[in-house]
Amino acid sequence: MLLALTAVPAWAAIDIYQFDSDAQQDRFHRLTEELRCPKCQNQSIADSDAEISQDMRERVARMIREGHSDEEIVTFFVDRYGDFVSYRPPFNPRTAILWVGPLTLLLLGGVGIVVLVRRASREAEEDEQ
Amino acid sequence: MSKGTNPWVFLPLAAFVALAVLLASGLGRNPEELPSALAGKPVPEFSRPSLLNDRTLTEELLTGRWQLLNVWGTWCPTCYIEHPYLLELARDGVPIIGLDYKDEDAKARDYLAEYGNPFREVIVDADGQLGLDLGVYGAPETFLINPRGEIVLRHVGELNQRVWDEKFAPVLQQAGEAPGVTP
Amino acid sequence: MAAELGHLSLWVAIAAALVLAVFPLIGVYRRVESWQRYARPLAWLQWLALTVAMCCLGYSFYINDFTVTYVANHSNSQLPLGYRLSAIWGGHEGSLLLWGWMLGGWTALVGLFSRKVPLPMVVRVLSVMGMIAVGFHAFMLFTSNPFDRSLPWFPIDGADLNPLLQDPGLIIHPPMLYMGYVGFSVAFAFAVAGLLAGDLDPAWARWARPWTTVAWSFLTVGIALGSWWAYYELGWGGWWFWDPVENASLLPWLAGTALIHSLAVSEKRNLFRAWTVLLAIVTFSMSLLGTFLVRSGVLTSVHAFANDPSRGAFILGFLVVVAGGALTLFALRAGRLKGKGGFKPVSREAFLLGNNLLLLTATFAVLMGTLYPLLGEALDIKVSIRAAYFNSFFVPLTLLLMAILVPGMLSNWKRQDGSPLLRRMLMLAPAALIGGFLGARLPGDTPWVGTLAIILALFLVFAHVDDLVRRSLAYNRGFLGGFRKLGRGYYGMVLAHCGLAVLVAGVTVVSFHEVERDVRMAPGDVAEVGAYRFEFDTLSEYAGPNFDARRGHFLVSRDGDAVAEMNPEKRTYRASGQVMTEAAINAGLMRDLYVALGEPLAGDAWAVRIYHKPMIRWIWLGALIMALGGALALTDARYRKRMARGKADADGEVVYE
Repeated sequence: MLLALTAVPAWAAIDIYQFDSDAQQDRFHRLTEELRCPKCQNQSIADSDAEISQDMRERVARMIREGHSDEEIVTFFVDRYGDFVSYRPPFNPRTAILWVGPLTLLLLGGVGIVVLVRRASREAEEDEQ
Repeated sequence: MSKGTNPWVFLPLAAFVALAVLLASGLGRNPEELPSALAGKPVPEFSRPSLLNDRTLTEELLTGRWQLLNVWGTWCPTCYIEHPYLLELARDGVPIIGLDYKDEDAKARDYLAEYGNPFREVIVDADGQLGLDLGVYGAPETFLINPRGEIVLRHVGELNQRVWDEKFAPVLQQAGEAPGVTP
Repeated sequence: MAAELGHLSLWVAIAAALVLAVFPLIGVYRRVESWQRYARPLAWLQWLALTVAMCCLGYSFYINDFTVTYVANHSNSQLPLGYRLSAIWGGHEGSLLLWGWMLGGWTALVGLFSRKVPLPMVVRVLSVMGMIAVGFHAFMLFTSNPFDRSLPWFPIDGADLNPLLQDPGLIIHPPMLYMGYVGFSVAFAFAVAGLLAGDLDPAWARWARPWTTVAWSFLTVGIALGSWWAYYELGWGGWWFWDPVENASLLPWLAGTALIHSLAVSEKRNLFRAWTVLLAIVTFSMSLLGTFLVRSGVLTSVHAFANDPSRGAFILGFLVVVAGGALTLFALRAGRLKGKGGFKPVSREAFLLGNNLLLLTATFAVLMGTLYPLLGEALDIKVSIRAAYFNSFFVPLTLLLMAILVPGMLSNWKRQDGSPLLRRMLMLAPAALIGGFLGARLPGDTPWVGTLAIILALFLVFAHVDDLVRRSLAYNRGFLGGFRKLGRGYYGMVLAHCGLAVLVAGVTVVSFHEVERDVRMAPGDVAEVGAYRFEFDTLSEYAGPNFDARRGHFLVSRDGDAVAEMNPEKRTYRASGQVMTEAAINAGLMRDLYVALGEPLAGDAWAVRIYHKPMIRWIWLGALIMALGGALALTDARYRKRMARGKADADGEVVYE
């Protein structure tokens, strides 16, 4: 958002990473929060001052401006740094348990509750007699 | 009070045992080292100036023989510690190409002049973008590259005799290369 | 001298704990009452010894005794006094001493406030707490002694406290958290004591509940403080990172919330007792698990205290003994805890079961996500897990939880007629829907998830207000007359639930409507963020007590009116050389303005981060309200009445004598 008015005495601040649209800006924020700094103690490249993070942010910004999609950008880094660098874990047979686990608990728990409630309901009926 | 054990009461204990085993397995492991995601893939294309002369270096440089690509910089204290070992390897005939990572040319040349130059060539990567392409995240890092120009392995941290014996030598031996000998 | 005294005191403490764990308990099994009577005094002795130890460590910091390794590692002669003292818990060894001291404190308090509980039960509870204390003190004495001296060599000056920790937040956040973690040991002790006794007095839940609620309240405050502290201290405007250590505090909190609700059922209707006992064991085990994760080096985190596998092995062993032992006992004895009583599918009990299931699924998801990197290593995958994964579960589960909260709160115990319930909810729905749409649209375009969250939050608040008014009027003494009779337990519940709604509203609005800009600014430049205008006025330098700072002066205005002056800083701490970002925050109930200096660029320009964060304070406010609700609830009259035991009547209802 450059102020082009020369009549304004103060100079307008320039975005460090310049984009053509707000949508691109949003993508930049999302992607930099999703990519992990490879040498930090568990920080995204958005949250880290490490040099490698800065380099990665530069590259992400450049790739957005060049028109690459979010997928392409994440894949670019994953190809070079491995799955480790993305905070969105891939869904494959080995990582499936991340989702399957809690969902199974939810389902089994639900079934368990139904059984329990049925039994309790019967007991309540008996008590009322 | 009902008699007879409901088998479900053992479930929490069983789950806990599994958890404890998992936690125990994590002790003593270093959660920070990353394997190279590029293992088996060719070195990415690049075109960079050399630090030592007027040539423009490309990925061709890293084909034709087994060699090391060592990522270093004058700002990196561990690189300084590793430097004598690199000189030793070079004396034994191991080809090492240097990647001067996020550094200043003049400083780098002075450094090599003062401490010795183990590198057959040095690629300049001032902005770190070639490093990005290689999956570099710090220095020192050393890549082992085969004659076809493919990355075979990457070591993060100081390269010394122990690391060489444990990681690099076995690979070279398997490939039929006596470590340290140039074909 | 002080360090030696402190060390000695620790030995006294562990001796007291050991005797407490064994001797009075034998008195229970052998029915020798005089032996049982030693339990309370022993608890006090332990705590006294630990207090002496704490004072000794504090004194060592006060006089800058750098021959003590721990003091040398975490302090500095230029460190302001307040931080010198709170550095007691700034590192691994000292924080363990804090844990131990609090555990001793809770043990003594349980002894003090349990006059109406039968003595054998008190003994069992204190005994179990003594056993836990033995483990912690042993950990300290044998692997992590804060009183170790580094003589004959010692540094002239200390290494300084990590600048990140030189902050008022440091003084209060760990103590609050630990009060929570440690407090759950009381519920655990009650649970194990019950299992040991082989039967649970029906009043058991009433004894255990206030202790659990107060621990939960402290933990809520502790977590909120941590979030708030990270927000203003780290300089990136974030308030929750799903970092393993943060998750470690969330796990006992989620399980603990399930526990206090399950205790409600056990207290009222003597049901779910085995389940409640299990939850108590699980909750405290989560506290211990968190301790393990933070200190063993098993997971990477910005917070991790210590990265020592040998210490990790000790804690793991401890965890195995405590949790494994308790769960084995549970497996063997749970069958004896079956309660009598039924309830219909539409009833408060049923909805609370739903509450427990959702909370436990959330706990499990957080556990999975936090520990998966470990599992991945075993399977040779290196993966990173963060917001994307956790939110995919947390968001729907929270929405579901809020959805069943209202019918659950509105339902009677045992059986609730469906049609009146439905009618009441439908009456409240339109207001919530309209309010929700408006509320979600006002700041801008909100995705349907956010709109749904706001609608549910409003629904929640309306339902509680409506219920409160109805109940007050039902006494036919006018609103205030009836209101006074409702009881603190009820007020607490209303407050806590509304706190949740406030929190959810804050999270929703700030997550979907925050604005961030990274700009390059030199003095004289102006940036527009949202409706606000930020002018970088001047850049100055100054020297602080133990740091040197560069400070930017920003003038903020809106529509021409001056709003604030903001002064972000970049500080270099002299002793360690570490550079810290001190963000400038202009706080408001409806929005925060946040300015932080990034890196210096060419010339006198800086990379500046400017944020507009709407309703972010609601997050911490909501958490505080929740904690207050808990605090209020536990001072309910019924916990203070002179009752010793309860009896379950024919229906399963508990009747208290």
